[in-house]
Amino acid sequence: MATVTDSLDDHHDHGPAKGLMRWVTTTNHKDIGTLYLIFALVMFMVGGAMAMVIRLELFQPGLQFVDPGFFNQMTTVHALVMIFGGVMPAFVGLANWMLPIMIGGPDMALPRMNNWSFWILPFAFAMLLGTFFMDGGAPAGGWTLYPPLVLQGGNGFPFMIFAIHMMGISSVMGAINVIVTILNMRAPGMTLMKMPLFVWTWFITAYLLIAVMPVLAGAVTMLLTDRFFDTTFFSAAGGGDPVLFQHIFWFFGHPEVYILILPAFGVISAIIPTFARKPLFGYSSMVYATSSIAFLSFIVWAHHMFTVGLPLQGELFFMYATMLIAVPTGVKVFNWISTMWKGSMTFETPMLFAIGFVIMFTIGGFSGLMLAIAPADFQYHDTYFVVAHFHYVLVTGAVYSIMASVYYWIPKWTGNMYSEKLGQWHFWLSTISVNVLFFPQHFLGLAGMPRRIPDYSVQFAEFNMWSSIGGFAFGLSQVFFCFIVYKTIKGGEKATDQVWEGAEGLEWTLSSPPPYHSFSTAPEIK
Amino acid sequence: MNKLKQLCAGGAALTFMSSIARADYGLNLPVGVTETSRQVYDLHMLILWVCVVIGVIVFGAMIYSMIYHRKSRGAVASQFHESMTAELVWTVIPFIILIVMAIPATTVLIDMHDSSEPDLQIKVTGYQWKWRYEYIGEDVDFFSTLDAASNEARRVGSDIDPATVDNYLLNVDKPLVIPVGKKVGFLLTASDVIHSWWVPDFGWKKDAIPGFINEAWVKVDEPGVYRGQCAELCGRDHGFMPIVVEVKSEADYATWLAEQKAGSTAEKTAVIEEIDPLELKNIGKKVYTANCVACHLQKGEGVAGIYPAITGSAIVTGDINQHVDLVMNGKPGTAMAAFKDQLSDTELAAIITYQRNSLGNKVGDAMQPIDIAALR
Repeated sequence: MATVTDSLDDHHDHGPAKGLMRWVTTTNHKDIGTLYLIFALVMFMVGGAMAMVIRLELFQPGLQFVDPGFFNQMTTVHALVMIFGGVMPAFVGLANWMLPIMIGGPDMALPRMNNWSFWILPFAFAMLLGTFFMDGGAPAGGWTLYPPLVLQGGNGFPFMIFAIHMMGISSVMGAINVIVTILNMRAPGMTLMKMPLFVWTWFITAYLLIAVMPVLAGAVTMLLTDRFFDTTFFSAAGGGDPVLFQHIFWFFGHPEVYILILPAFGVISAIIPTFARKPLFGYSSMVYATSSIAFLSFIVWAHHMFTVGLPLQGELFFMYATMLIAVPTGVKVFNWISTMWKGSMTFETPMLFAIGFVIMFTIGGFSGLMLAIAPADFQYHDTYFVVAHFHYVLVTGAVYSIMASVYYWIPKWTGNMYSEKLGQWHFWLSTISVNVLFFPQHFLGLAGMPRRIPDYSVQFAEFNMWSSIGGFAFGLSQVFFCFIVYKTIKGGEKATDQVWEGAEGLEWTLSSPPPYHSFSTAPEIK
Repeated sequence: MNKLKQLCAGGAALTFMSSIARADYGLNLPVGVTETSRQVYDLHMLILWVCVVIGVIVFGAMIYSMIYHRKSRGAVASQFHESMTAELVWTVIPFIILIVMAIPATTVLIDMHDSSEPDLQIKVTGYQWKWRYEYIGEDVDFFSTLDAASNEARRVGSDIDPATVDNYLLNVDKPLVIPVGKKVGFLLTASDVIHSWWVPDFGWKKDAIPGFINEAWVKVDEPGVYRGQCAELCGRDHGFMPIVVEVKSEADYATWLAEQKAGSTAEKTAVIEEIDPLELKNIGKKVYTANCVACHLQKGEGVAGIYPAITGSAIVTGDINQHVDLVMNGKPGTAMAAFKDQLSDTELAAIITYQRNSLGNKVGDAMQPIDIAALR
């Protein structure tokens, strides 16, 4: 019997295939995780380049560089690329790398599907970005794709729809994989309530993905048939309703917001205890808070549509439900602070990004609470105040948590320590510039500047210039980040298995870098 | 020494206040000029202060912890990780704060929804990219478009400094006029895509949706000129469809309304005269700049795939009746609007004559206003 086991182990111990084909045919969760993360980084830079065009045009009043049509293409595709190409794949990459390790499993449960769900993405984005070279250019109706405007698009329109379909298929497959892995691959003794919070938050996120990606697919398919097959789902002339699209879209769109942020909560709940050298405060309340947020996310969608003319009762319901979200979100923030309280903190780069996350995500949460107040939202809606709000939760929220996780786990992934000095530089450059970039946008919005405009009245000139300067500096800081990542992959001081003094969890029991197959023998959890 | 301190503090406060007081340097929501806008402003300030106070407590605790509970100060980590009391406290207290917030918000919302019994009603229709105002029951009906000076300055490479243009991008050729102190009801809709009608000083915005009618109302306290913009992305020129509302005293409003009515009657009964084709071309150029340039561009080259070129177009250089039909009735499902209602007979004749004989086209024929009138 022993000999059989040994030979099986031998078989499992072979390393990765060599060359390019390793990456094309891989079914290994770490390889696929790496592919996802690199893809996300590339898309982050592509979407960032578009943001630079936007900020360049908005640097001063008057149109200097691009025409309004191209400007609209920039804002639209910037959002699609950042959401579907940047943040989502980055979190899937982190899930691929860390979930099997964190639950003590050998790999993801469905490795071949894993390969497929990644390799769909480059084609989807080639198609989406390809629309720039088609007649009529890229989609320019905003990432929210509201009809009738989106139906006026050029030849790129159907390609964008199919690209979204492909992204959706990829996400759903990734989500199924996450759920199956978590339910079936846990090491003995790893009960649900012992799972690290990153595993929990991803578990809940995966259900959200499965629930809403098909809704988006349905909505965009209806757009497609409205444009090409004479249906009138969204046209009043044929008995349809343009607002119906908004309801369907935001039924997807609001849970999507939590798809982008719940995994971030998980990451932060891993990093803060490590560097406070103290267990996470209120583990079970974190799990319940995450579940409540996920549930509430399904019944607040119309707060994106307060100005479409909802009935009073509808507006009241969605206002109350939205305000409620502040409660579980508040619980999370309070728990993180209680974790820090009376700890023994050190401030390495991951911790800096995690603290940056807590502070700036909370600022985004405050403006979110303001936006929930329907009568006030009638003023805030579709202004730069909203732009400032969602960039605080998405850039200094989701993206900061991704940066934090990269610094936190890259020594584990590569076996090399990143340069602490450069990491700290990156944090401070990013944090100063991102606030110069987004904070003045609150003022712009309150003073009356609508979003999605390529040119503005001269009274908005000063803050726009600040914002653009912050934007360029933030953009450059991320080029610097790419350099730090590259340098760490290439070499550096060797990391120990434990890496961080206060780190706890199965990932730190493996070598740095971990073996090609994570846990061939399941660890015992007590 | 004390005096010096006072002086410094005073100076700093003055600098701060004056920078806030600079009228064209908005930091906060405008208080506005209606009861509604003031209520909204108060709600905004209330929730803002609630957030500030919570923020000070939360961030204060964090910063304290970061200073005193750091390893370099020799802090030893305690290992507590649960407290039912604390969890209850920070679940219940925010909940109570939210209820306290929800009460005034509900009251204001109910007020805002009460658009019953207006003193006068105006139908507002959003077009790509202009607004149309119809005074219901008054036979006053006009379009309001970005003013010519802004329109010229905003072109890529215009070399005109926006700072030299009066109310750059916030000025129109013909503003909406309403009386002070009256409840003015708005019926909002759109002809092509979704727009949103927003004047910050009135305290709200409301979407204008094709095929549906939304209601809103305003009762302005002080005469004046109030400016706003379209707030919902509506295509290429979304940033260039401002709203200007002139609020006049009741007497001035009555005079204005009478003038408008007289004007529209005069227009209807006027004998349509023949216009020299050369003159038509000149008028046409202006109409083209105001209405067509956004999509078909300055030289008529268009944008491949979405906005067809005028230059060498089969329709423009072909049968004049088809050309007229397209301009008057538009092309459903595209951004090509029906200009029948937007332009006068003369303007329509002019734009058609201009397109056929300029922008690289040399068809040689012309359209007369009288022929357009016959087609209506």
